[in-house]
Amino acid sequence: MTIAPDKREALFEGVRVERGETLVLPALDLALTERRIGVIGANGSGKSTFARLLNGLILPSAGRVAVDGFDTKAETRQVRRRVGFLFQNPDNQIVYPTVGEDIAFGLRRHKLPKVEVRARVEAALHRFGLAGFEERLVHELSGGERQMVAFAGVMVLEPSWLVLDEPTTLLDLKNTARVMRTIAEIEQSVLLVTHDLDCLAGFDRVIVFEKGRILHDGTPRDAIAVYKAFHA
Amino acid sequence: MISGLYLAGTSPLHRAGAGQKLLALIGFGTVLLSLPSVVLAAVGLAVALIGYKVAGFPWRIAYRQIRAMLLFLAFLFAAQVWLVSLEAAALLALRFSALILSAGLVTLTTRTSDLVAALETALRPFERFGVHVEKVSLAISLTLRFIPLVAQVVEDVKEARAARGRERSMIALAVPVIIRLLKTADAIAEAIEARS
Repeated sequence: MTIAPDKREALFEGVRVERGETLVLPALDLALTERRIGVIGANGSGKSTFARLLNGLILPSAGRVAVDGFDTKAETRQVRRRVGFLFQNPDNQIVYPTVGEDIAFGLRRHKLPKVEVRARVEAALHRFGLAGFEERLVHELSGGERQMVAFAGVMVLEPSWLVLDEPTTLLDLKNTARVMRTIAEIEQSVLLVTHDLDCLAGFDRVIVFEKGRILHDGTPRDAIAVYKAFHA
Repeated sequence: MISGLYLAGTSPLHRAGAGQKLLALIGFGTVLLSLPSVVLAAVGLAVALIGYKVAGFPWRIAYRQIRAMLLFLAFLFAAQVWLVSLEAAALLALRFSALILSAGLVTLTTRTSDLVAALETALRPFERFGVHVEKVSLAISLTLRFIPLVAQVVEDVKEARAARGRERSMIALAVPVIIRLLKTADAIAEAIEARS
């Protein structure tokens, strides 16, 4: 499912998002090609809507979003297989009571053979520091461990893109570092929505949202400076 | 708090197929309920209890399965003694206990995914009548997964209610719990969509 990083591209063309009477994103035109993209902005600025557009969880009211050439509206299934999504609260993302079963959830839904499911779950458990956790009950794990289970459940599907919507908000410093280390190591193109500005160190590009519009789009240093100055 | 979720093990009961265990449970329940014998019901209860030992579980695991039902069972027992007879009360209490323990034993020794796969196989013939098998199986796995989550939400809200000095207010408990669960349901639906 993964394609070469230099061939990946997400395009937003004349994108407008309305929710009932509310205009959430009035007009958005941009191309994402970098491997590490950060998105920051105040609460309600439209950054989560922007993130959800990328894997078709929200469809544009007008305009077009395409990921690696696939239209999120017309080819949602293909887009979802390319774009993994990690939510803020792992409890809302984990479907099965035990760790191993949950990591296998997406693979089973894609009707992969049992042997392959088993092998990929095993590999994901090791990769995400969850070796020996396969039979553990999810509700007995710590918040950080649960976030890693959710992470593994997304990554086991080998998406090309990974969207993370405030994945560290509920975590302590140690687990935030653990999640950020994992993000730094993965091969996928990453779109990280966050309020934690420290997490953006080393990113290629940071987009600042303000009331549904792009306030700034550039390097992390400049973007963070603009964001801080705007809300000073 | 959570009594019936899978507990890993290598016993013969853990290794048995989920479909076999479900069929055995149905057979066990049918025999218990169709033959009105106190002796048979007592044997059934003993068999269920032995099952816990075969699975390698300590007695407290068996007790946990039935603990929440004890008050209800006691009420039923008393009502039967009063309205029918001691024998009828004993029969009912023994049957219920055996059934609860044996059903608990199945879920404790079977992974949810295996249970769901067995149910999917059993339900597959009903697809032609409009039964959406995958939705049913997903609903079952979600139910098992979210029992602890719902319990945690109730605990959190109880704590918040106590902090505000409203320990006895049902509204202060029910409203936040319902709102949080509805929001959680929305978030879960979105996450499942994203993972499919």
